Amino acid sequence: MAEDPYKILGVAKDASADDIRKAYRKLAKKHHPDLNPGNKAAEEQFKAVSAANELLSDGEKRARYDRGEIDESGAEKPPPRSYRHYAEGAPGQRYSYSAGGAGSGASGPDGFGADENFEDIFSTIFQNRGNGGTQPGRGRDAHYVLAAEFLDAINGGAKRLTLPDGQVLDVKIPAGTEDGDILRLRGRGSPGRNNGPAGDALIEIKVMPHKFYRRDGQDIRFELPVSVQEAVLGGKVTVPTPAGAVAMTIKPHSDSGVELRLRGRGVPAHGKLPAGDLYVKLRVVIGPVDAKLEDFLRDWKPETAFDPRREMEGDSK
Amino acid sequence: MMFTVETLFVEIRGLQRQDLDRWITNAWVRPDGEPGRYLFREIDVARIRLIMELREHLEIEEPALPTVLSLLDQLYDMRRRLHGLNAALAETVPPEIREKLFEKLGNGLV
Repeated sequence: MAEDPYKILGVAKDASADDIRKAYRKLAKKHHPDLNPGNKAAEEQFKAVSAANELLSDGEKRARYDRGEIDESGAEKPPPRSYRHYAEGAPGQRYSYSAGGAGSGASGPDGFGADENFEDIFSTIFQNRGNGGTQPGRGRDAHYVLAAEFLDAINGGAKRLTLPDGQVLDVKIPAGTEDGDILRLRGRGSPGRNNGPAGDALIEIKVMPHKFYRRDGQDIRFELPVSVQEAVLGGKVTVPTPAGAVAMTIKPHSDSGVELRLRGRGVPAHGKLPAGDLYVKLRVVIGPVDAKLEDFLRDWKPETAFDPRREMEGDSK
Repeated sequence: MMFTVETLFVEIRGLQRQDLDRWITNAWVRPDGEPGRYLFREIDVARIRLIMELREHLEIEEPALPTVLSLLDQLYDMRRRLHGLNAALAETVPPEIREKLFEKLGNGLV
């Protein structure tokens, strides 16, 4: 590698162009081959002085050299590799935080880093995974999803769950179970490590929808079809509730959409929750029509005119 | 490639002797050898350049440098470990599990 051209010419880094020219002339005269016949060292020296002068006498080249863009011979220099290039590889060990220095000190002010190794950092990730170690460890929890009938979830029931390994779990579904509730069966998960306790089986209950009941918190709602006569004249009807059929009285002149409440006939009390109510919404069904009904309606003149669509007026074009 | 103090000053233009000595004393730069006969590795050269750039281009004063270097060292420690973890996973974990893992991690490791 060629030497620093400033040194060769014996000038300072901030030497003026004039200084450089003077220095060059002085050295060129001294080492000129014609003045030093047969002197190999002088010849080499002269070449070096000429090269240095060529670089430094050209303002643009000199500036590029000063910025480190070209080397002493004027050749382009590749940009130096970044610190990151080394630090991320094996050489980076040299400046490892735990190796001390850089303000951390071999024993850092908070002691952090000095003893930390890879396993410490990742130990939490691998906890309860049943790999390695001699410490007793609790087995992993097993997660299952169990589909339950709507009425089983309301009234409580039992359901058999066959696990992937052939094991059979009889799951008791408590009354009032809601969709997404998780039942925990202690000790029915994965076995523990090194005599540690087994994990739990966590069973998420998926409540299937019912043909006509709909759950609303502790209450249950559904629509009850009634005949024209029942709606107009009133009467006793049998209502299916989740806990069995009950008799309900419909008042005369009950229209479609009227909602009746059966207190305490919703979701049974469970935990700290009191029993909910059952809301029955009437839906008038005309059913099969015969000639008598047609004749009656054709002759029927209501005492008060009624337009069932009055509410809609002005809302459509 | 190793550098002596002399070649180091050729390699890094603008480096001041008293700065270098102070950085070595502070253990910001950790060459091999002993005072008077230091040997610098490529990472040492790159680190000296980094310190000079932090000072000159980013105008970070020396009192703040230990904090900056310490944070950088911690960051690169972590990245080396992650590279190591990634390499270990590539060697030991079956491809389908690796795929699931990376999916879960949002490709944070690859």
